[in-house]
Amino acid sequence: MTVTALKRPAAAAPAPRPAATVHTIPRPRSGGARLKRVGQAALTHVLPPVLVVAALLGLWQLLLAQGGAALPSPVEIWQQSGDLILQPFYVAGTQDMGLGWRVLTSLERVGIGFGLAAFVGIAIGAVIGQSVWLMRGVDPLFQVLRTVPPLAWLPISLAAFMDSRPSAIFVIFITAIWPVIINTAAGVRAIPQDYRNVAAVLRLSPLEFFWKIMVPAAAPYIFSGLRIGVGLAWLAIVAAEMLTGGVGIGFFIWDAWNSSMLTDIFVALLYIGATGFALDRLVAFIGAKVSRGTTV
Amino acid sequence: MSYLKIDHAGKTFPASGGRENVVLQDVRLDIAKGEFVSVIGHSGCGKSTLLNMIAGLTETTSGGIILEGREVNAPGPDRAVVFQNHSLLPWLSVYDNVKMGVQKVFGRTKTKAERHDWIMQNLDLVQMGHAAHKRPGELSGGMKQRVGIARALAMEPKLLLLDEPFGALDALTRAHLQDAVMEIHARLGNTMIMITHDVDEAVLLADRIVMLTNGPAATVGEVLEVPLARPRDRIRLASHPDYVRAREAVLRFLYERHRFVEAAE
Repeated sequence: MTVTALKRPAAAAPAPRPAATVHTIPRPRSGGARLKRVGQAALTHVLPPVLVVAALLGLWQLLLAQGGAALPSPVEIWQQSGDLILQPFYVAGTQDMGLGWRVLTSLERVGIGFGLAAFVGIAIGAVIGQSVWLMRGVDPLFQVLRTVPPLAWLPISLAAFMDSRPSAIFVIFITAIWPVIINTAAGVRAIPQDYRNVAAVLRLSPLEFFWKIMVPAAAPYIFSGLRIGVGLAWLAIVAAEMLTGGVGIGFFIWDAWNSSMLTDIFVALLYIGATGFALDRLVAFIGAKVSRGTTV
Repeated sequence: MSYLKIDHAGKTFPASGGRENVVLQDVRLDIAKGEFVSVIGHSGCGKSTLLNMIAGLTETTSGGIILEGREVNAPGPDRAVVFQNHSLLPWLSVYDNVKMGVQKVFGRTKTKAERHDWIMQNLDLVQMGHAAHKRPGELSGGMKQRVGIARALAMEPKLLLLDEPFGALDALTRAHLQDAVMEIHARLGNTMIMITHDVDEAVLLADRIVMLTNGPAATVGEVLEVPLARPRDRIRLASHPDYVRAREAVLRFLYERHRFVEAAE
């Protein structure tokens, strides 16, 4: 492959070829055929999950439709809380609004807490990853702290901030930061010596090294840390809001429990699951975009 | 006075148990401006360590290295390295890989348009202008190494250091790149030092061949002048008496007097 490419500039006009047989180029596929292919792909990818979900809902309905069941059946949920699914963005009072708004409020908290965690975590990880000594020093500490459940931090942060809003954000922050730090440090340590040599020959300043070598080289590691972090952050927000109150989706669940609206809780779970899934995919998508080429 | 002076340079690594591991000892070498020097020796003899010392990537533990009257004690763009495994940054395009060095060296002295022309000129020199916007992952091994050479050349270094640059390439590609390096050397007259373990490569490219003895404590065993006129043509040289003699001398050094003893490793 290389050889032909190398030869090209040197060689003059290509020698006249002997008359070759003429091949007809196949005509492009018609629109109908392409539509059929897309349809088939949709069928193979969409049909299985739809069937499985339908079967599970059916089973659920069958098991809980008898009177006296402690939990609601799918049909009951739809009858009693269907409006929550259909109208995510209505507002009818301070505590009576669509779940879309509540999710957005929670997302705002997660955004602030996770954003801080990402920023601080990458910075700390980048520093720690540079020094074997520091890594050895802090690693046991981080390994212990990262296993502390999010809610265990809540009393401490409530005591420190004396207010529920910053406390919830702090819980997100402290929950999400560990995987970011640990992964960033691992990524920085994994930067090949070759890249460091390149940077040394070019005499890159520490700041240039950070932006031009470290961040892109460690991007796959950093983003897998961010992905774990955002998942944990979303887990933590629901729990934190249950205790701190306010508008978020977590408090909604607590509120619904207190007012015996079990069906509302099921709908809220659906929202939380869908949002967590979307967050995970979003970070993964950004990661794939940013670290394009790094893994080659 | 020589352009590059390697003056009694040595490298010692601390080994376990407080002992020392002497890799290179008392290396003396004077290299003139525009000269092409090949350094050859068995694997593990410290060839790459020597190159890294000249590049400033590894500190010398005794003696010193002086380039144009200044001591080498840190890496810098005046001693560009073509790394064995190309070391292109995979997240940057070919163009941006070269640009990084150009930005650093000519960021103040050349205008943006001049820098662009200079980058393209260097890519064209290694016949990679057509791939400027590809990423390294899309290129073959030989092409990557060409870009590595362009990146090094674009820094307009006083010394071009090549660390077994073609070791990982197939024979045909290697021959093409050797020709390309000879052409560049003829055109630009750079001072080049190339580490190699390929006898033919050493003889074909170099004005002088520096043969290192086996480690530990390797040093310059012999220096051979290659009295072959340039431009050199590998096919015509194959039966040239001077070429054959030089080749034989290197082979004798490597396989008779300094046989590679695996047990010593």
